[in-house]
Amino acid sequence: MKLGRRHFLQIAGATGTAALVALPGRTPAADGIPVAGEDESSVLVDTTKCIGCRGCEAACAEANKLPDPPSDAEAFATRRNTGPDCFTVVLRAEKPDGSPRFVKRQCMHCVEPACASACPVRALDKLETGPVSYDGSKCMGCRYCMVACPFSVPKYQYASALPVVRKCTFCSSRQAQGKPPACTSVCPSGALTYGTRGRLIAEARGRVYGNPDKYTPHIYGEHEAGGTNWLYITDITFEKLGFEVAVNDNSYPRLVRGALGVPPVVMTLWPPLLMGLWAFSHRDGKGNGKGNGKGGDHG
Amino acid sequence: MASSGAPARPGGSWVQERILLGMTMREYLVSLWTPFNVVCAAILAVGVPLIVYRFAAGLGATTNLSQTQPWGLWIGFDMMTGIALAAGGFTIGAAVEIFNLEEFHAIERPAILTGFLGYLMAVIGLIADLGKPWNMVGIFSNNGTQSVLFEVAWCVACYTTVLFLEFAVPLFEWLGWERFYRPLKKLLLALTVLSVMFSTMHQSALGSLFIIAPHKLHPLWYSGQIFIFFFISAVIAGISMVIVESTISHQIFSDQLEGHHVDIEKVTFGLAKAGAVVMFAYFFLKLQGVIDNHALGLIGVGFYGKWWLLEMLGFVLLPSLMYAWGARYRHITVVRVAAILGVVGIVLNRLNVSLVAYNYNQPVRYWPSWMEIAVSLMLVVVGVLAFRWIVLRMPVLSPMKEQAGSHGGTP
Repeated sequence: MKLGRRHFLQIAGATGTAALVALPGRTPAADGIPVAGEDESSVLVDTTKCIGCRGCEAACAEANKLPDPPSDAEAFATRRNTGPDCFTVVLRAEKPDGSPRFVKRQCMHCVEPACASACPVRALDKLETGPVSYDGSKCMGCRYCMVACPFSVPKYQYASALPVVRKCTFCSSRQAQGKPPACTSVCPSGALTYGTRGRLIAEARGRVYGNPDKYTPHIYGEHEAGGTNWLYITDITFEKLGFEVAVNDNSYPRLVRGALGVPPVVMTLWPPLLMGLWAFSHRDGKGNGKGNGKGGDHG
Repeated sequence: MASSGAPARPGGSWVQERILLGMTMREYLVSLWTPFNVVCAAILAVGVPLIVYRFAAGLGATTNLSQTQPWGLWIGFDMMTGIALAAGGFTIGAAVEIFNLEEFHAIERPAILTGFLGYLMAVIGLIADLGKPWNMVGIFSNNGTQSVLFEVAWCVACYTTVLFLEFAVPLFEWLGWERFYRPLKKLLLALTVLSVMFSTMHQSALGSLFIIAPHKLHPLWYSGQIFIFFFISAVIAGISMVIVESTISHQIFSDQLEGHHVDIEKVTFGLAKAGAVVMFAYFFLKLQGVIDNHALGLIGVGFYGKWWLLEMLGFVLLPSLMYAWGARYRHITVVRVAAILGVVGIVLNRLNVSLVAYNYNQPVRYWPSWMEIAVSLMLVVVGVLAFRWIVLRMPVLSPMKEQAGSHGGTP
């Protein structure tokens, strides 16, 4: 899909069903296989190339004016998580031979983000260019995004009296100026590749299928949660890397489609149905025998 | 709250008659000195400042919420449970206004009042829980139409308004504003239709909130059809709550009912019959939901398997059978115990979905802080006190008593 689903629905609503037919569906990627969010900006993380220097963490902290990341000794002592003042973490896992395997975690920037669909005030929104953006001035702090996110990415400033949700921004303002995200611009080992999603999926497939003895045959993020803009390849299992392996392959916003189809039905059918029941139960003057001073309320 | 809208009258006779229950100010204040009121006052004295403290110091200082547990007691109990227990308003409203079940007329107004206060307390609890509640207005302008919470918010806002309008009938009658309450009374049918419509949508939508989190909620409680379960269990909550509430209020406020005979037992048996059928159906629907979710093998296994059995057998199937037996053999105590079990069962279900079975696979579990508990308790007490204050004055349990010199005047 070239357009965000939200945008798509807006256009569909404005121009009627004809537009639905006319709009393009999934367009083929470079290798001819359809890819969701093909033109969205994306990052491919090749964990086999990551040396664990944590330059991305420092660059992220600088670009987003966050506190300096901890020292290596501290950082790898425990399994860290992102937080309100830390948008990305490099985690350490172990290969079967005991050597380290590093992986950078941050918001996955889903093609169809659960968080943005869950946000009732659209403080979280999906940009057409790829990033899942957040506007704290709209946020009412319901924290439903935190319930919805399958990767448990959004973090809340509980300590603040004027709290906002915090997460990786994908450096959307830098991207808008044509610059790459801060983390990818400093990566010295080539572990992070910045590009469009369609091209990066083709690249990832090329690497995995070209080196079947090296890579685990799975591109994490290609299908997870309906596709994410951060893609991962590795040579150990994703479970070992600490990834959420139970995540559905389908888009999360689609899970609630059935439930969200209920209100239009109820709003159209209930009033006439209930009025019909009222007429039925009040036939033959059955309603005339009302006591309690209530007679004559409705004929 | 209602007193602020009372018309000022010279001499204070209206105030004395309608607000102070015919006593002088001194007598009235003395009459407030009861053990029950002292306990309530203590809870309020702790709870109300805590709300202020929460906004000054933030959620972190007052709650045990965490990055993995974004919703706690204020959502799980005040919102999820409060709204379910307030379902009596639309259930009984529909029975009387739409299905013309005249025998329930006597409990319509108390049920609507319970509903209105329940929603009001839930909204206050929600405001305490929201990080920046003033941004709630964005619900009405930002078109977050893909969100289940958008539906919940709109419906709760609309339905609270409808409940207020329904409650305004006895309120305006009490104030003597005939010009307003007569037309409102004529609108009751329309308001009831709206109340059923909004309730259907948001009682179910409160369950739909969790559909987007399939791996965070235990498979015995998670279901793609959870909205159906939430709606049906809200009807159960409404019926059971009305039995409990009418039992209590007909004992406590018996002097209100002087000269106004209501066969409360007959009403209770009628409700019990309905409750038995709905609960029985709900039990098997839930079972079907578990099968549908491929979780049948989890029943009875481990803590959650046993906990689910306790909820479903002890607080759904058992009260269902007790309702049926009690209604069949005219055993009022059995019905009333069943109603209490039914209410506890719904509280348990809502807490299970939003707190106990949520994050079941997380190593660190949430337990509410004492301040969260105190605020929730305070909201319950405010609801009970408001209910008492209102039924002692307004024509809720019984029609307005004719009072010389203070009735019928429009301001």
